[in-house]
Amino acid sequence: MIHGRWGIEVSGVERHTIACIVDNEFGVLARVVGLFSGRGYNIESLTVAVVDVERELSRITLVTSGTRMIIEQIKAQLGRLVPIHQVIDLTDEGPHVERELALLRVESTGEKRAESLRIAEVFGARAVDSTQESLVFEITDTTDKLDSFIDHMGPLGLIEIARTGVVAIGRGAEVP
Amino acid sequence: MRFTGSEVVIKTLIDNGVDVIFGYPGGAVLPIYDAIFKQNELRHILVRHEQAAVHAAEGYARSTGKVGVVLVTSGPGATNAVTGLTDALMDSIPVVCLTGQVPTHLIGNDAFQEADTIGITRPCTKHNYLVKDVHKLSRTISEAFYVARSGRPGPVVVDLPKDVVNAETNYEKLGKIEHRSYRPVTHAEPSAVEDAVTLVESAERPIIYSGGGIINSGDRASKLLKELARVTGFPVTNTLMGLGGYPGNDPQFIGMLGMHGTFESNMAMHDCDVMIAVGARFDDRVTGRLSDFAPVAKKIQIDIDRSSINKNVFVDIPLVGDAANVLEAFLAVWKKRKSTTNKKAIENWWEQIERWRKVDCLKYENSQSTIKPQYALQRLHELTKDLDVYFTTEVGQHQMWAAQFLRFDEPHRWMTSGGLGTMGYGFPAAMGVQIAHPKSLVIDVAGEASFLMNMQELSTVTQYRLPVKVFIMNNEYMGMVRQWQEFFHGGRYAESYTDSLPDFVALAEAYGMKGLRATKPDEVDDLITEMIAHDGPVVADVMVEKMENVFPMIPAGAGHHEMKLGSDDDVAPRTEDGMVLV
Ligand SMILES: Cc1ncc(C[n+]2csc(CCOP(=O)(O)OP(=O)(O)O)c2C)c(N)n1
Ligand SMILES: [Mg+2]
Repeated sequence: MIHGRWGIEVSGVERHTIACIVDNEFGVLARVVGLFSGRGYNIESLTVAVVDVERELSRITLVTSGTRMIIEQIKAQLGRLVPIHQVIDLTDEGPHVERELALLRVESTGEKRAESLRIAEVFGARAVDSTQESLVFEITDTTDKLDSFIDHMGPLGLIEIARTGVVAIGRGAEVP
Repeated sequence: MRFTGSEVVIKTLIDNGVDVIFGYPGGAVLPIYDAIFKQNELRHILVRHEQAAVHAAEGYARSTGKVGVVLVTSGPGATNAVTGLTDALMDSIPVVCLTGQVPTHLIGNDAFQEADTIGITRPCTKHNYLVKDVHKLSRTISEAFYVARSGRPGPVVVDLPKDVVNAETNYEKLGKIEHRSYRPVTHAEPSAVEDAVTLVESAERPIIYSGGGIINSGDRASKLLKELARVTGFPVTNTLMGLGGYPGNDPQFIGMLGMHGTFESNMAMHDCDVMIAVGARFDDRVTGRLSDFAPVAKKIQIDIDRSSINKNVFVDIPLVGDAANVLEAFLAVWKKRKSTTNKKAIENWWEQIERWRKVDCLKYENSQSTIKPQYALQRLHELTKDLDVYFTTEVGQHQMWAAQFLRFDEPHRWMTSGGLGTMGYGFPAAMGVQIAHPKSLVIDVAGEASFLMNMQELSTVTQYRLPVKVFIMNNEYMGMVRQWQEFFHGGRYAESYTDSLPDFVALAEAYGMKGLRATKPDEVDDLITEMIAHDGPVVADVMVEKMENVFPMIPAGAGHHEMKLGSDDDVAPRTEDGMVLV
């Protein structure tokens, strides 16, 4: 029954994807990141880009985890930051689409090359660059799918990975 | 007409109702000081350290309900202000702090007296701004005032590069400020208010627990809180920050709660079945061990800051909004529904509370030979209670005794550093209070160690003839540290003896002030009377019992019901967790 921060029974840890609509101004990202580091919250991923040039608004998407009480705290703390217009908990709001993009550079010659191309096809990844000894794949999917694709490519000569972190958006016709 | 940025700064301050600023000059703010020199609407108080400027502004703000204003230079000026800003953030005090900055083209170059003020003050302000364009200067400063005083108040920094304040622009008086994104919630959801009324009607062992939010909300909130107490007949306890928000002389007031609160209020908190928290944030000094905090209570929390709700303690009915508005809505529903309380149960509850009260938890053993700090404060209370008096404090044992033995019957009369616990707060805060209330009696209840932290301000009170009284409870120890060392570290008093103290009377006299000293209990009344009667600043050195401890006390990591009343009780921390608490 009691929920608390230190040493007290803590209900299960939940993973939430939260979007914030913010003024595209100097220092906003530092405020958000500072909030998380200063209060000891997790950030699993964070992305940011301008979404409305005219109104100078950016969208920050972040994935975080914590108990229900912590998640509610995070949202309340974000909502309190002056340049934040809106905080949307996509996980709570129900159906939404989450996507992440990864680029994988793979050393691939001979049999391994054919194998990696075959796996890429299964995962819906595209080869976007190719040399005699290497391939670069692009995959856009859920975080789980990306993890799985990366696992498969590991033994096939994976050299380097770049990932964007999650972006997400709600479904349906409703305006959040 | 064209104005320089500096002139715009002054005009904007005046248009925001500012009549006094606390500051300290330096290279980056010279143009602003020049503009100050050329006018006489805005008064500038020159402090002797920038930290003191912020505390003075806090004292001014807390005692008036207005925004306190600070002006400091770049680099060291700004970094010196950081403690004050953090203090204001923790205690939700509205302050606007203008900081000078190196010219925009030098920012990031490690220029002389450059500091990343925006980066440094980001976590210790409610918001901060760097103004890069003189045309946005006035609007930004006005917005800073709006942010500082609205919603949950707090400090706001506006960083002003020197080229921006030297540039020219037009000036137009701004209308109402509406922020693009910042929208504090002011009214609670009606259905939640209805639920709260239903819960309150059914309460058998209720308590109203109110904090600094009542004072920030304003006098209307204090009045409505009184009305709530009247119509329900419930007992009321205050936090350290909330003292005066509910009249201390009211029979329904059961004292401060928390680590050094009264036995009756802590026991009532522990046993209550319905708690109404108003503008209080369940600070760890108040709750003690969370798993033992009001374990059976259904909790209603009124707070303007959503993030204060469910932060430490799970609340059943959150009412997010301004305390005055929410209390008003609550009372309207109460009247409309002709609500009543469970009279019989409340009567029984009061009987129980009276039994706890009879314990007389603040009793202490007085002495004929040494001045007990409690005695000194009792006398200070007796001899000032009918006067127009404001109190500030430093941090330590004297602060807790002041909270226990002084009494506050109205808001704005009590200024103390609650959240941050900043030694050195009280003296400069008292200067700010005195500036705001020139005719009133202003007393800083100080510890000798705390006073040493900002005593350079003796020069300021002398310059402006501020008749502030510093009432030093001199135990020659960092008493609160010594107390914890006695209880938790085997009496090993590591570095807590305040050695090489100055002769405070001679020190006062060196500034042309009055110095007074009392060493015996029978000298206390005379000292206080003389201190009050003196038409100027006074440093009173009251030599008190060195080894006295503050009781009652909830040992760190214990619950409210495990309160210790005196040194015969075992005060050791209950748990490993308790041992690491600050
Ligand atoms: C700036 C600062 N440094 C350290 C502390 C830790 N601290 C809390 S109380 C205290 C001792 C205060 O001594 P004094 O002012 O003499 O008051 P007393 O407890 O003796 O009444 C100290 C060092 C603090 N609160 N603030
Ligand atoms: Mg002391």
